[in-house]
Amino acid sequence: MAIENKGFWQKLMTIDRRIIFIFIFVAISVPMFLKIELKIPVSPEVESLYQTISKLPDGAKVLVSLDYDPGSEPELQPMAETFFTYCLQRKFKVIVIGLWPQGAIQAEHARIVAEEKVGRKFEYGVDYINLGYQAGNEMVIQGMGSSIPQTFSVDYFGTPTTSFPIMQGVTNFSNIDYVFNLSAGYPGTVEWVLFAVDRFNVILGAGNTAVQAPQVYPYLGKQLKGILGGMKGGAEFEILTGLKGRAVKYMVGQTFAHTIIVLFILIANIAYFATRGKEKGKTV
Amino acid sequence: MSTLGVWVGAILTLGILSFLYKDNPFYKVAEAIFLGISAGYWFVSLFYQSLLPKLFDNLGLTKLFGASNTDGALQTLFVQGKFSGQLWYLVAGALGVMMLIRLFPKGGWISRWPLAFIVGTTSGLYFTRYLASNAYAQISATLKDFVVAGHPGFLGWTNLNNLVVLVGVVSGLTYFYFSKEHKGTVGATAKVGVYFLMVTFGASFGYTVMSRMSLLIGRLDFLYRIWLGLIK
Repeated sequence: MAIENKGFWQKLMTIDRRIIFIFIFVAISVPMFLKIELKIPVSPEVESLYQTISKLPDGAKVLVSLDYDPGSEPELQPMAETFFTYCLQRKFKVIVIGLWPQGAIQAEHARIVAEEKVGRKFEYGVDYINLGYQAGNEMVIQGMGSSIPQTFSVDYFGTPTTSFPIMQGVTNFSNIDYVFNLSAGYPGTVEWVLFAVDRFNVILGAGNTAVQAPQVYPYLGKQLKGILGGMKGGAEFEILTGLKGRAVKYMVGQTFAHTIIVLFILIANIAYFATRGKEKGKTV
Repeated sequence: MSTLGVWVGAILTLGILSFLYKDNPFYKVAEAIFLGISAGYWFVSLFYQSLLPKLFDNLGLTKLFGASNTDGALQTLFVQGKFSGQLWYLVAGALGVMMLIRLFPKGGWISRWPLAFIVGTTSGLYFTRYLASNAYAQISATLKDFVVAGHPGFLGWTNLNNLVVLVGVVSGLTYFYFSKEHKGTVGATAKVGVYFLMVTFGASFGYTVMSRMSLLIGRLDFLYRIWLGLIK
């Protein structure tokens, strides 16, 4: 039954969803043009990841698995850029793989940004190698536990893997000091925990999309040495490494948008309770 | 990204976002282009990154047609007269073809064999891994000391966290225990479990919102920074 002469709260209950979209649009757009920076507290899980990599010796061999595609770029690409920049500064030897077909391409984009930030380049084959994508999901991880050169016989550009200095002495996970996984779903962090950490005792840190983060939180501690959960995790990581980038910048709009959403949830609940009795009276 | 690429990206982004106002032909076109290109991209990507190097190269079909210099299983068998481990890829290829027979209604049952193979191997592979990682390791991580040495008193943060984990796990499991009616102590514990579950779902929802906002931020950043050059 239609409600005539709607009151304020009743009007709110039937508000056009497009008005909410405009609020969100403004909340995200405006901060992009302002030079505002928020104070972002660092959570223990990000601190844990940072502490783990900061304890690695200079020149340590690090395996980075980029298991995402451009759809998750706003969340995961800033993490990849910061991690590569940190590796370049610490002179880590970086071995890149992708369990998703586009992962290797995302790595190349992140590498270019990192090199521009530091003003120095990775020497390909010596400091950095991109082994590309390998089909097989968790079976690839399992295969790497036996032999990395056999699992990835050629690199992203088709050159035999064993011909590169960085791969000398790399047989399997036992020759890798740390694994960093950026994941947007399957295959991703869960598979790395199941098939690399618990089977081959790999030390693993992960950066995840916010949607996936709650799924991997249970592994935090013994199985997973730190999580970067969504854009906020990325921003915290940028703060800890002192490499402020896109994630820190984006967090302003993120915060504004969340504030708007919380306000709308509150208003909607108040409106619901304020009109509940009247609705009942009219429909009974 | 080239100027043309940026403009195409921007127009298609606006096309998809226009759905927020209402369904319209501009959105439909952008959606159809997205789906078509995605399907095409995945087909080409999987062909060149999976089918070609894994199956055709290993069997030696690419060498047979002059597309590669490396010997495969066929060359090893018929030229060198040896059996190669690469011949196993013939089984994988056969299973793949059997899967495609699903497209013909009369032979649809044949696709059950490769499906059974996939389900069987995956079950076997995951059974031990899940048991070790998601059962034993999780139980071990849940069993924590009540009073942790080095932390002040029973009401220290670490001890309090451990208590919350204990209460959450026990009450959450009680909620999913249906062999006894949820009345009295069991009912009260199950109710506490419901609150823990609600907090979990709430946190998960909050993360999902953050993820969706991140995607919008990414698109708006593309429009303002890369397309319009309004921000640096």
